[in-house]
Amino acid sequence: MNYSRFAGSVAAAALVFGAMTAGAEPVEDTLVVNGEIEMTTYNESAPDYIPGLYEQWSGWHFREGETRAMQADDFDNPGMLAAEAGLALWETADGTEGKSCADCHGGIDSMAGLRPTLPKYNEAKGELYSMEMYVNDCRTERMGADAWKWSGGDMVAMTAAITMQSRGMPMNVAIDGPAEEFWKKGEEIYYTRYGQLELSCANCHEDNYGNYIRADHLSQGQINGFPTYRLKNAALVSIHNRFRGCIRDTRAETFAEGSPEFVALELYVASRGNGLSVEGPAVRN
Amino acid sequence: MKRQFVLAAAVSAFAAPAAISETAPDDVVFNEYAVEASLTGVAGDAEAGAKVMTNRGQGNCVACHMVGTMPDVPFQGNVGPALDGAGDRWTEAELRGLLVDSKQAFDGTVMPAFYKTSGFIRPGDGYTGKAATDTFGPILTAQQVEDVVAYLLTLKE
Ligand code: HEC
Ligand code: HEC
Repeated sequence: MNYSRFAGSVAAAALVFGAMTAGAEPVEDTLVVNGEIEMTTYNESAPDYIPGLYEQWSGWHFREGETRAMQADDFDNPGMLAAEAGLALWETADGTEGKSCADCHGGIDSMAGLRPTLPKYNEAKGELYSMEMYVNDCRTERMGADAWKWSGGDMVAMTAAITMQSRGMPMNVAIDGPAEEFWKKGEEIYYTRYGQLELSCANCHEDNYGNYIRADHLSQGQINGFPTYRLKNAALVSIHNRFRGCIRDTRAETFAEGSPEFVALELYVASRGNGLSVEGPAVRN
Repeated sequence: MKRQFVLAAAVSAFAAPAAISETAPDDVVFNEYAVEASLTGVAGDAEAGAKVMTNRGQGNCVACHMVGTMPDVPFQGNVGPALDGAGDRWTEAELRGLLVDSKQAFDGTVMPAFYKTSGFIRPGDGYTGKAATDTFGPILTAQQVEDVVAYLLTLKE
């Protein structure tokens, strides 16, 4: 697995919309947020450790013009409200220690560059860690505060605020070293056909992106836009909330949000998007 | 044997409720990928079949297939081929087999098996995300399968 080579080719990749398979028709468009953050939403090649993927598309390309436009300007992006609530929470003292995130970390811009690397292996804990897990460790171990619920309003607001600090940076999770076993587990989950409908993530997001399943224009199911404002829910949603919904829709018993299975899957799916820009909070259906 | 069963089923359909002669999912007999015997012995009702095909909680066939004879049904998907002319391309027995378990005909297809209750990984309790109960049934009832087959047989070009 050659990481640096991949990173290099991403940097070099121009926004070239080459040949697409028949029927696969993501919209050709470019995303520049607030007229200044240029997003890489398409790469004509994909990481070579994903044999089934030969190009990368952000889910942004599969949405209607109106939805795409909402994401291009923070004033129109409904996800910004929660993200701003997250910025305020960063400064808010909580728990028995009476400390805020800012008391230890300084300005939230100190978090720039974090989102692209998560989930990552946490040496001290010997576990694969997502952003939510780091946030809750700080709350319970350093602030003396209660853990937030995985998809609770405060947690999603906080992850949005932290994610925003990395907007425009390329996703770049590590899949080698101690992360490798988790990545492999995630890969296995991605290709397992769960539920009574016997559908895997790959069946919809690798084999059929660009096609319509009823009213839904299937994307590659990338997570570079999370937390994502879903118009359908009128709220920001977490990555694991999305995973749960997709597995539920196969008439399967889902895994729990925050479960080791979903953290491993998150790493694997993130790696499929290595090289796409961090967009969160994105806007989707 | 097969013929006998069909006759017996057809006769009993007049006398007794259909359920008695229903073939259970695990007992369906495939001839390659076709299923010759009716699952119920009761002739399918094409009109009822059309409803099953468009209902999201039932067949929801239009999620993946376009059907030209259903112009009023919005948002037909294109994951699978259009079903127009399916009644020319396939026999009744083949269509029944495709509905019971299309993986017999199309290896690895994304099309779900609609009359099957075993062999799943983490089957759920409908669309709740919770684990299935021990006695969960197939996605479609035996009669719904027959009804859909009857509708598909009307799709001639
Ligand atoms: C039956 C089809 C189906 C299966 C199976 C499925 N999904 Fe999805 N998924 C969808 C649809 C439909 C959407 C909404 C449209 C889109 O973005 O593709 C979606 C959206 C997503 C998104 C949001 C993408 C974005 O840009 O916001 C992610 C992430 C995702 N899926 C991941 C997964 C993962 C991981 C799995 C397997 C655990 C999976 N999906 C299985 C149908 C499916
Ligand atoms: C998740 C997607 C999906 C759903 C839902 C689905 N199908 Fe299919 N179906 C397919 C695909 C894909 C094929 C093509 C076979 C292949 O190569 O995989 C197919 C093939 C077929 C064929 C043979 C195609 C032809 O034109 O000759 C028939 C008939 C059919 N499906 C009927 C149905 C019916 C009836 C239902 C609902 C009760 C249904 N399908 C639901 C995906 C689906």
